[in-house]
Amino acid sequence: MSIDIKNICYTYMRGTPFEKKALDDVSVSIDKGEIVAVIGHTGSGKSTLVQHLNGLLRPDAGQVAVDGISLAGKDAAAKKARQLVGMVFQYPEHQIFAETVYEDIAFGPRNRGFEPEEVDKQVREAMAFVGLDFETFARRSPFRLSGGQMRRVAIAGVVAMNPDYLVLDEPSAGLDPRSRNAVFKEIMALHKSRGIAIVLVTHSMEEAVKYAKRMLVINQGRILFDGNPADIFKNHQQKLVEVGMDEPQVFKLAALLRKQGMELPQGITDDVTLLQMIKKAKGWR
Amino acid sequence: MLSDITLGQYFPGNSFIHRLDPRTKILATLIYIIAIFFADSFLSYAILTGFALAVILISRLPLLMVLKSLKPIMIIVVLTLGIHMFTAPGETVLFTWKFLSVTQEGLELGVKMSLRLMLLLLFSSVLTFTTSPIVLTDGIESLLRPFKKIGVPAHELAMMMTIALRFIPTLLEETDRIMKAQTARGADFSSGNLLQRAKNMLPLLVPLFISAFRRADELAVAMESRCYRGGEGRTRMHELLYKGIDYAAFGTIFALTALLAFLRWGTALCAL
Repeated sequence: MSIDIKNICYTYMRGTPFEKKALDDVSVSIDKGEIVAVIGHTGSGKSTLVQHLNGLLRPDAGQVAVDGISLAGKDAAAKKARQLVGMVFQYPEHQIFAETVYEDIAFGPRNRGFEPEEVDKQVREAMAFVGLDFETFARRSPFRLSGGQMRRVAIAGVVAMNPDYLVLDEPSAGLDPRSRNAVFKEIMALHKSRGIAIVLVTHSMEEAVKYAKRMLVINQGRILFDGNPADIFKNHQQKLVEVGMDEPQVFKLAALLRKQGMELPQGITDDVTLLQMIKKAKGWR
Repeated sequence: MLSDITLGQYFPGNSFIHRLDPRTKILATLIYIIAIFFADSFLSYAILTGFALAVILISRLPLLMVLKSLKPIMIIVVLTLGIHMFTAPGETVLFTWKFLSVTQEGLELGVKMSLRLMLLLLFSSVLTFTTSPIVLTDGIESLLRPFKKIGVPAHELAMMMTIALRFIPTLLEETDRIMKAQTARGADFSSGNLLQRAKNMLPLLVPLFISAFRRADELAVAMESRCYRGGEGRTRMHELLYKGIDYAAFGTIFALTALLAFLRWGTALCAL
């Protein structure tokens, strides 16, 4: 069970003077239950890539298949396969349209053809996942909520479709640190309890290292690196800086301390481990 | 999806025609249109057509692309040709079929009229092909300024046009994004009967209107916070200035007009 992308190319504004090649012969496969971070600077093609995962964009060349079913088809099977991949866009709160939170979240599952009881169940579950109390919020207008709450409603709207794969395009953009952490905590909980594969598009190296076991670095429409985030940061630091990426703060701090003569092991990915290692090196308790 | 739409038909380039002042191009187009009405002989039409083709050549636009802009008026052209051919009075009858007859004079008039229409559109499309919408608006504003005294709000009109032009791509992008987001949630914009389809547009239109109003509000605040107060005494970043090439262009177009005027009335003048 996986999403398989084979040799896809995609060009925007084909045949006009504004033509721009966004993807150039990209092949990658995303397994069920994985957490994959996709990073790259603005215009690298990462958003274009993830829009191919559920058939929103059709490649000029190459194939995309979800669980073995090609997305190119127009039949019911292809339509169903597309719905296995949930997609949360950048600033997803801009897609909210319904009069109540409940109605908005129920839009997706209804379109998927769920029975009313199933819709109700999915809405309640999705709201619980994103930390919105059903009794408090279900009947309220989504336009009267705070930014963080609106974002949660929008994410719940996708989660309620019960996808097997969930693509999130910069889910933390424009949120304050508390909301950001909360959103990620909810996404990780979702991953754990339902076994949903998560594809996380992000600018933030911290997020990639913290949440993903695998990272794709996209540059100029191609996959530059594919592997464990810590390993990539360790081995290709120079190249990453060249393509406009920056290593996580934790890495920088560790490198600085090492320069000062502190003995720290390689590959520390989070602040808690770093603190422990500093304590150990200094002999503190 | 929608992102593949280009606004207007501006075709970027750096040719002689591209570099002309927008006012020069607008005025030259107007003069050319007037000159077209001077033409009556086939020689004059040949000169006009040659001039238009030369301008297209100098502008380095793909000829086929410019010719494609004639497509929407083709029906009118054919209709003009037909009506003149069959109805214009004349002596020399070329052929008759039942009650329809085609005369030499009618055919000539038809060809001339159709040519007139095509040249008109061809020449004005060179203007829009070689001038970006924003620059074009600047030119229009500058040309309208003298009419301010009789109450034409030149600056306000230009500002509205600029803002509208500026936001069309943004709104298209927004529409594209929302459409994609709702499609990902299983929305269907293309099937069902008319009523069903209108209802299906709701998830697209509501967010689009909300964002358009939000953008308008933000823009108004941004303009006011930078002390926008209309066009009075405002200086510009890109001053429009007539340069050598503009005078050359004006000279050429006036020469063309004079030539056409001479071809029409010259012999009569000489006879005097």
